[in-house]
Amino acid sequence: MSIEVIKPGLASSVQDKGREGNYHLGIPPSGGMDQRSLIAANLLLGNPEGAAVLECALMGPELRFNEARNVSACGAEMTPRVNGEVQPLNEVFNVPAGATLSFDFVKAGARLYLAIEGGIDVPERLGSRSTYTLGSLGGLNGRTLQAGDVLNTLPAHAHAHAHGHARLGRSLPGSLVPAFSKHYQLRVVPGLYAHRLIPESHTRFYEEDWSVASEADRIGYRMKGGSRLSFVEREPPFGAGDDPSNIVDACYPIGSIQVPSGSEPIILHRDAVSGGGYAMIGTVISADMDTVGQIQPHQKVRFIEVGLKEALAARARYQQDLELLRQMP
Amino acid sequence: MSNEKSIEKTVTPRYCRAGDEFLFVELNEEMTLEAFFRSISITQRLREMALPGIIEICPANASYQVRYNPDVISAGQLQEALEGLDREVAAQQVRTLETRVIEVPVLYNDPWTHETLMRFRDHHQDPSGTDLEYAARINGYDSVDAFIEAHSATPWFVSMVGFVAGLPFMYQMVPRERQIQVPKYLRPRTDTPKQTVGIGGCFSVVYSVRGAGGYQMFGVTPMPIYDPAGDQPHIDDSMIFFRPGDIVKHRAIEREEYDALLSAAEAGNFKPRVAPFTFDLDAFSSDPDGYARRIKEVLYEH
Repeated sequence: MSIEVIKPGLASSVQDKGREGNYHLGIPPSGGMDQRSLIAANLLLGNPEGAAVLECALMGPELRFNEARNVSACGAEMTPRVNGEVQPLNEVFNVPAGATLSFDFVKAGARLYLAIEGGIDVPERLGSRSTYTLGSLGGLNGRTLQAGDVLNTLPAHAHAHAHGHARLGRSLPGSLVPAFSKHYQLRVVPGLYAHRLIPESHTRFYEEDWSVASEADRIGYRMKGGSRLSFVEREPPFGAGDDPSNIVDACYPIGSIQVPSGSEPIILHRDAVSGGGYAMIGTVISADMDTVGQIQPHQKVRFIEVGLKEALAARARYQQDLELLRQMP
Repeated sequence: MSNEKSIEKTVTPRYCRAGDEFLFVELNEEMTLEAFFRSISITQRLREMALPGIIEICPANASYQVRYNPDVISAGQLQEALEGLDREVAAQQVRTLETRVIEVPVLYNDPWTHETLMRFRDHHQDPSGTDLEYAARINGYDSVDAFIEAHSATPWFVSMVGFVAGLPFMYQMVPRERQIQVPKYLRPRTDTPKQTVGIGGCFSVVYSVRGAGGYQMFGVTPMPIYDPAGDQPHIDDSMIFFRPGDIVKHRAIEREEYDALLSAAEAGNFKPRVAPFTFDLDAFSSDPDGYARRIKEVLYEH
């Protein structure tokens, strides 16, 4: 089974649940930025929930299927079309042999997850099929899709295949379809080097609207529009560098927010640079990281200060949602 | 450097909860060899403990970070374990590290970093010179050659691997007053040749992949250090050559040798000079220059 890439889209890459255990050598987890949508797309089809899918950012690809296959598309609202005919989101549909699958311009959200029956077949690297473009690792030749690429799929899961016909039209219950907006709230546990900010800057960071800059990708999301943050004056510690926002190069947690020179905070995501010399002032909670991946450039964000207890409660609710997906009829 | 130990004993680690999955521990606000040694000793012990729920263990220059699954181990439980390891490490009488000494051949003042640094002159503190000329001048060397000699004569400790896949941060093993220091570019470059050797702050690096960067550029090494394709025999399945704790000795080479080594690397035939070594922190601290000579002997007696 092969799929030909006619148009690659803006930044389409093969992703699964990502790789673990290599961050100390500079290799980040990678994997779908919106894990919940990735898992939903796979489970609808009867794939293993962590099968490799296509993550399509803002502008989807155009793909020709040389054999018929069931597919499902979850996440950002980009209407799928088969030979020009509209297909549903969040529902299994069939792409006949020789047909072309394309997507309309994104209406809401930023990333769509296209799961294909069986899952995309690229070699596992360090335990995952996810693409890490900065390191030219994983996915299809370590990069985003290009025109002319050919994607192969694994044989459909025996169980899924037997039920293939029955699965057509299977859809996500409305309560599990994500709601998109133009104004998001992201919960942040403050800390790390937050004490380096002057108190007014710390307060203001959580009181202002920020907007996502055009530099928003799998490595990180840059934010604009808020006031410049000021750091407490100090004698630079040896090895840190002269800028007040510098620290002795340290590890960066996924979700951590750094503020180079006090302006344009950056939230690191799943292709994060693993460390560096900028002070971080807090970390987006794990339950809100999928949301970050669905925010479009120019949309608004407000950061909400929370404690660890609240972060853990949100995490438990997130996991309940995943359980509901797994128990889908 | 010999009185570092007594100063450091007063530094209490700062444990920070970074969201619900990371615990970040700052051992010292400053870069010191003591702090790095503490970071690598604690993280090695934590790895050996194989505690359930630990996902990533990342030593860094003067700090470290642990990613954990809070559904398996709580932040409090993890911090307790780390505090225990910290006490254990502080109490050790013999402070040694089993590691290796590695030679990194460098073509300093090469044409590729030169072309790149000329392209980004408007990002630099000194648009009229080169990165090498600037670094030599502000560090008090009267020539580029003298600066190259200072960079390549002394050993460097790999105190962190990261930023991007496999990039080593190296800390110069000389008393602080002799350490080379240069600021980063005023604005980062959007391009850096692969395997560029450079310095930012007090850290020397080798860029493992082509891409953005802000460190001053001094040369290139023909030695592959990141191997996503898996065709370099000197790099194991992790795809990454360097490990925190490695000791590096740079060696200045000429163009002819660079070309020969690069051809060898492209044929999957690069053989780095590597020797096993037991590093002793107190022996080093009491005589850094003598210890540096011993490290060189270890490398070249094989």
